[in-house]
Amino acid sequence: MLQVKNLHASVEGEEILKGINLEIKPGEVHAIMGPNGSGKSTLASVIAGNEDYEVTEGDIIFEKANISELSADERAHKGIFLSFQYPVEIPGVSVTNFIKTSINQIRKARGQEDMPANEMLKKIREKAALLEMDRKFLSRSLNEGFSGGEKKRNEIFQMAMLEPKLAVLDETDSGLDIDALRVVSNGVNKLKSDENATLVITHYQRLLDYIVPDVVHVLIDGRIVKTGDKDLAKVLEEKGYDWIKEELAQQA
Amino acid sequence: MDLKEKLISSFFAFEEQIDLENDVHVLRNKAIEFFELNGFPTKKDEDWKYTSLNKVLKHDYSIFPKREVAIDYKDIRKYCLHEIDTYQIVFVDGVYSSHLSSTTHDKFDACLMSSALNNPKYEPLIKKYFNKIAPEDSLVSLNTAFSKEGAFIRVPKSVIAEKPVEILHFSTGNEAAMMLQPRNLIVAEENAHLQIIERHQSLTDNPVLTNSVTEMFVEKRAQVDYYKIQNDNENASLIDNTYTEQHDDSLSSVHTFSLGGKLTRNNLNFYQKGEHINSVLNGVTILENKQHVDHNTLVHHQQPNCESHQDYKGIFSDQSVGVFNGKVLVDKIAQKTDAFQSNNNILLDDKSSINSKPQLEIFADDVKCSHGCTIGELDDEALYYLKTRGIPEKEAKALMMFAFANNVLDGVKLPAVKTRITKQIARKLGVELGFEL
Repeated sequence: MLQVKNLHASVEGEEILKGINLEIKPGEVHAIMGPNGSGKSTLASVIAGNEDYEVTEGDIIFEKANISELSADERAHKGIFLSFQYPVEIPGVSVTNFIKTSINQIRKARGQEDMPANEMLKKIREKAALLEMDRKFLSRSLNEGFSGGEKKRNEIFQMAMLEPKLAVLDETDSGLDIDALRVVSNGVNKLKSDENATLVITHYQRLLDYIVPDVVHVLIDGRIVKTGDKDLAKVLEEKGYDWIKEELAQQA
Repeated sequence: MDLKEKLISSFFAFEEQIDLENDVHVLRNKAIEFFELNGFPTKKDEDWKYTSLNKVLKHDYSIFPKREVAIDYKDIRKYCLHEIDTYQIVFVDGVYSSHLSSTTHDKFDACLMSSALNNPKYEPLIKKYFNKIAPEDSLVSLNTAFSKEGAFIRVPKSVIAEKPVEILHFSTGNEAAMMLQPRNLIVAEENAHLQIIERHQSLTDNPVLTNSVTEMFVEKRAQVDYYKIQNDNENASLIDNTYTEQHDDSLSSVHTFSLGGKLTRNNLNFYQKGEHINSVLNGVTILENKQHVDHNTLVHHQQPNCESHQDYKGIFSDQSVGVFNGKVLVDKIAQKTDAFQSNNNILLDDKSSINSKPQLEIFADDVKCSHGCTIGELDDEALYYLKTRGIPEKEAKALMMFAFANNVLDGVKLPAVKTRITKQIARKLGVELGFEL
């Protein structure tokens, strides 16, 4: 589904990603772990199409098409979704109107008619229930004054509404208490199928107890330095990242 | 001959058309003398520092239409609120058009200024209200000198005007350039309710300059909501002078939507003469090209326990220019005044500009007065967020601009007006509205 080939990316002239290779197949959950500043969020942003980052080398292939040159909205039309680490507050736009606009713009780009209003309403209710969101929440301004947990719930609510093929979850667990973490990860798990894939980006292993990955990658200094199964996450939780850095130093 | 000279010499021709015995003519004579002495305002006047009339005064305007031009309803239908039932007072090149209008004398009066001026029945009202609150400045004086036609609306005590009243001015382009001086008088007596929609529209690209004066009296417990839709074409300029006097427990709101026109100047003043008054001044300004809009507001708190809310939002692209000069004056006696003023602006281009000047003059010591002014750009991060949800750049920008203006649009109590304005804004931003607000 997603192939990242020798991806180099920089921001304001400073290289952050230094040759990332990654392949995610349909039905898989991959986790990217790494210390602060290793480039995890940059990778998420570059996959989503953030123009603040310049791709200097390499390609991003999504469903056999090279999407490196596509804008963020065009990538969303193809079925890529990014759950933000820090969702942006947009006063004056309600959650409901925002999601309606989003769904219908994606449908328009795909040559489909607007979603019928009753179908939209039904879906909004169903997905809000999945994320245990209050109705009142839906008429509030997008992310304005939301707590950390509410913002993340709202991100996964949008994901549930948009049903992306590839969901990139950037530090979705940060700022969540244990109840919110359960609700959010339950939402993510319910949305999982053989046709879609998830890329979980996280600093801590905690989230991976709830969203169990098939593959775990360790990202240090802009490179994937180690790949393993879910047990790798447990080792990282116990031993931190230093032992990998030492291993790398010995190899060098 | 420059415009000032032309206007002064035209006054004699004007006098041949009107009843010189009328008391109002004393005011006209005085007014033309004032205008002759003072002329048009220039940038040397503090209140006109950021707005020059030079470029709109250079045309050779006709002061009176040479002949009446009949236009069909189909030519103006789209400018009327045909989706709801309204009374309509329609003027074509400054002349009342009876076949396009639908006036009333039934439960309240929505008719012509000329008939009010000439009908003895209205004499006490004219005596009581005409030219009583419009200040003596050169533009008002010019209008007063030529005052003859416009809208006259009077809602008697405890009457709720069941339909909104539209005041519509059309210019046909029959004259190479046309200057108009409409004069409106609006009186809402005790407990009366009234909604008004005003629009000036030229039907061709020939230059038009409108110098309009509206005096509005909102008596005890009365309520008037006034919507001004300013979306004229690129050669049309408007100077709108609107003065509102309010009495105890009254509510008056003026909502100004400035979306088009060459130069628009809004002189909007509120005088609070009683207690527990609420005055609302809302504005959305969205400009492009070289359009220029100047909002000059005054709220004069003259009695205790009153409120005023001013909320003006501006979005400027290309080389457009905005001016906001908002003055709040609180007299010593006006304790417990709650005055709020906000002017927020987004500049989309380096060459667009906004001059924002809030002025608070407070002589009372127990008041709550706040004002704020912001000038910014669209938030790139928010734009990116919307794009990751599949909303293309143009639509994402439009959505953010709507969100920015949303609280002002929310203040529109007539749904048909809100829908109209929302659509006009969407058209201006070049998007199809996939979102509702």
